[in-house]
Amino acid sequence: MSPAVESLVGQVFREEAGRVTASLTRRYGDFELAEDCTQEAFVEALRSWPDQGIPSRPGAWLQLVAKRRALDRLRRDQRFAVKVSGLPFPAAEGGDDRLQLMFACCHPALSRAAQVALTLRVVAGLSTAQIASAFLVPEATVAQRITRAKSKIVRAGIPFRMPAPADLEERLAEVLAVLYLMFNEGYLASRWEVAHDRSLAEDAAWLAGLTAQVLPSEAEVLGLLALFKLQLARVEGRFASDGSLVLLADQDRSLWDREAIRDATELLDQAAALQRPGPYQLQAAIASCHALAESWSSTDWTMLVRLYDRLLEVQPSPVVRLNRAVALWHVAGADLALHETDALLPELQRYHLLHSTRAELLTELGRDEEAQSAWSLALSLTLNPAERRHIRARAGSVGS
Amino acid sequence: MKYMLMFVGEWDGGDEQTASVMKDVGAWWEKYSKSGVLVGGERLRPAAHATTVRLGGSAPTVVDGPFAETKESVGGFAIVEVPDLDAALEMAKSWPGSPTLEIRPIWED
Repeated sequence: MSPAVESLVGQVFREEAGRVTASLTRRYGDFELAEDCTQEAFVEALRSWPDQGIPSRPGAWLQLVAKRRALDRLRRDQRFAVKVSGLPFPAAEGGDDRLQLMFACCHPALSRAAQVALTLRVVAGLSTAQIASAFLVPEATVAQRITRAKSKIVRAGIPFRMPAPADLEERLAEVLAVLYLMFNEGYLASRWEVAHDRSLAEDAAWLAGLTAQVLPSEAEVLGLLALFKLQLARVEGRFASDGSLVLLADQDRSLWDREAIRDATELLDQAAALQRPGPYQLQAAIASCHALAESWSSTDWTMLVRLYDRLLEVQPSPVVRLNRAVALWHVAGADLALHETDALLPELQRYHLLHSTRAELLTELGRDEEAQSAWSLALSLTLNPAERRHIRARAGSVGS
Repeated sequence: MKYMLMFVGEWDGGDEQTASVMKDVGAWWEKYSKSGVLVGGERLRPAAHATTVRLGGSAPTVVDGPFAETKESVGGFAIVEVPDLDAALEMAKSWPGSPTLEIRPIWED
């Protein structure tokens, strides 16, 4: 099959998989059956579309094939009547079916790893192999995780519906955390070069967009979507032609998608108008501060330190403190920034970005030997090829 | 679906607190009995009054005490019949009688 058709099928599937699974689940009340039959319909599409052409309404085609498969299976099933009458899932009421599916997949009764794998498989339509390669875990592990999670959804009676209003905030936080993790995993991977590979980051942004459509007055959903859009708008500048990482300071800002940045900033304004601030909106505000700056040197570092301070109030994590230290460097100098960074050593000693930040600061302060050992530590702590190339290049230039 | 809510552990506190907790437990029990979702349940005597029988050897052996020596043992249970896990969770979140609950679906064919 030509890569073009395969990629188109992949795109259609991403659009439709969640919808088809959701609709079958609602119709037959059997989540496992719905998920299996949706996958089968996709396999059928991969087999027949390259020869017969892509149908004019691919979603309806997939829906029909999946429904036929489901009926075939149910007919074979001795307990047909029992299954149809004892729908474990109440019928959907309003909202997008796929969001209800996402709430089921991100239920707090499932582990985070299971939530992520299940959401990617069931809502975004990724194969087990794709999920495994994105998270660098064996395919068998992912398959087992998904099987167990599906079985728990059915046996423990995890519902397929919007959470009660009282629980919405807590449950939405689970969904957003899964999307955030998914996005970062995709955004940091150096797989952008592989053009036909669907990126996790785009999937996460797509799912966030879907969530925002259904819940347009949830400020943090808009904030998260704005954050994703701001990162994706600048993706062109992130890797050099040899695949190495280009730091924000050195990026060619003419490669950024200005229109997308403007859209995302407007989205963030909408979120702010709801007057319910939160960590995703603050992270998006930080990203927009960078995205709107004409150059590295004209960046509003004072504003960034202030935004990091606010972020620390709601999310007091050492990684946020490290980022604040970088902003502080430009406001108050390398000495103070190094002092702040050193204070994070006990907590972040296994985090490569702490050591590369220290290396940069030590270099500026003329402490080349210490900088060199900080680069070595950073290198020993990351497997990401683009980051490794960057560290090697920077370490080589120390003292030159 | 039917679930068993297992009440794990006990609140530390004096007699006064115990009396107030028991009053809240009574109110919880009554509320859900009236609405028909609570179909059964009991409070258990403490683990100190437990007796364990071990089978599988050449003959059954009877020993004093609970089967697992844990600090937090099951002090009671309720059987509830609700549409889904979220409904069971809603009940569990308002349970006033123990610091931890375990929710298990009941095996139904």
